[in-house]
Amino acid sequence: MSNPGTTQDVMNYAIALGDDALVLGQRLSEWCSNAPFLEEDLALANVALDYIGRARMFYGYAAELEGRGRSEDDIAYLRDCREYRNLLIAELPRGDFAFSTARQFLVDAWSLGFLEALERSADARLAAIAAKAIKESRYHFRRSRDWMLRLGDGTAESKRRVQDALEQLWGYTPELFGADAIEARLAASGVAVDRTALKAAWDARIDPVLAEAGLQRPVDSWAVSGGRDGMHTEHLGHMLSELQFLQRAYPGQQW
Amino acid sequence: MSASQHMPLFEVFIRSKRGLDHRHVGSLHAEDHQQALEYARDCYTRRSEGVSIWVVRSSDIVASQEEDAAAFYDPMDDKPYRHATHYQLPDEVNNM
Repeated sequence: MSNPGTTQDVMNYAIALGDDALVLGQRLSEWCSNAPFLEEDLALANVALDYIGRARMFYGYAAELEGRGRSEDDIAYLRDCREYRNLLIAELPRGDFAFSTARQFLVDAWSLGFLEALERSADARLAAIAAKAIKESRYHFRRSRDWMLRLGDGTAESKRRVQDALEQLWGYTPELFGADAIEARLAASGVAVDRTALKAAWDARIDPVLAEAGLQRPVDSWAVSGGRDGMHTEHLGHMLSELQFLQRAYPGQQW
Repeated sequence: MSASQHMPLFEVFIRSKRGLDHRHVGSLHAEDHQQALEYARDCYTRRSEGVSIWVVRSSDIVASQEEDAAAFYDPMDDKPYRHATHYQLPDEVNNM
């Protein structure tokens, strides 16, 4: 990594991966004290904390690569919407329990393939983060998969809600398999994951579950993207205003 | 209406280390054994408390009753020779 251009790319890549984790972790944390029952409340908060821990590892690495004294907190709290690089599916409001469950299921299935590939990254630090995170994601997928089966195979209402959620989420899934310029450059040098290659394994993970749950795989009829370019839905700004409030109102405050 | 009102209760037992016994740590509500195991992991083992978890439906536990105490336990009290402390140990044995 003697080439500064590459260092810059890896730093931006780590920030984007940190953004994916932080934004989804924040959305999950919104369930804390709001989940359907106590045990699920704890379980969701645990998953949220896994994601926030993941964000810290990526941001910490990015801050080191940058070497200009920014901390992981600065990266999380002092960037505006357009500087966030997360995939759009992470920032959508939590919706009802079926929506959050369906999102986790689609994202967990994707994370497994993504992290398996990142574990083989030419960048040792990214590979190490992936090796740690994939254990969590295996458990996350087990949970979200079980819930898809319960909701799909549950009552008429739970089935309708989870099917609706899949339809609302579906157009955000093609972005999971896109690639921006930074990733393309880094993928060529074996650092980044080529996300375009993850689709077949993702299909193979989700299709049997949808079938077993009695759910319809939605038709590919629409797709939105732009998260990696900083073009977000209207929801991210509202989420950040809550996430960043303290540091914005009381800069440098610690506890 | 809370979902947990409709879900069975499970007792959770965790073995903290290889070689030790499973210990009762608490209870939780879940739809079935599999889910109970997952919630047990989330509720009771987040700080590396365990290497093994058992869950059992609370309704499957048969417990002795308070009012049976006299019949169950009192008869032991006047038979001190059943207790290890009844016997004088030679000093050479030290702690047993």
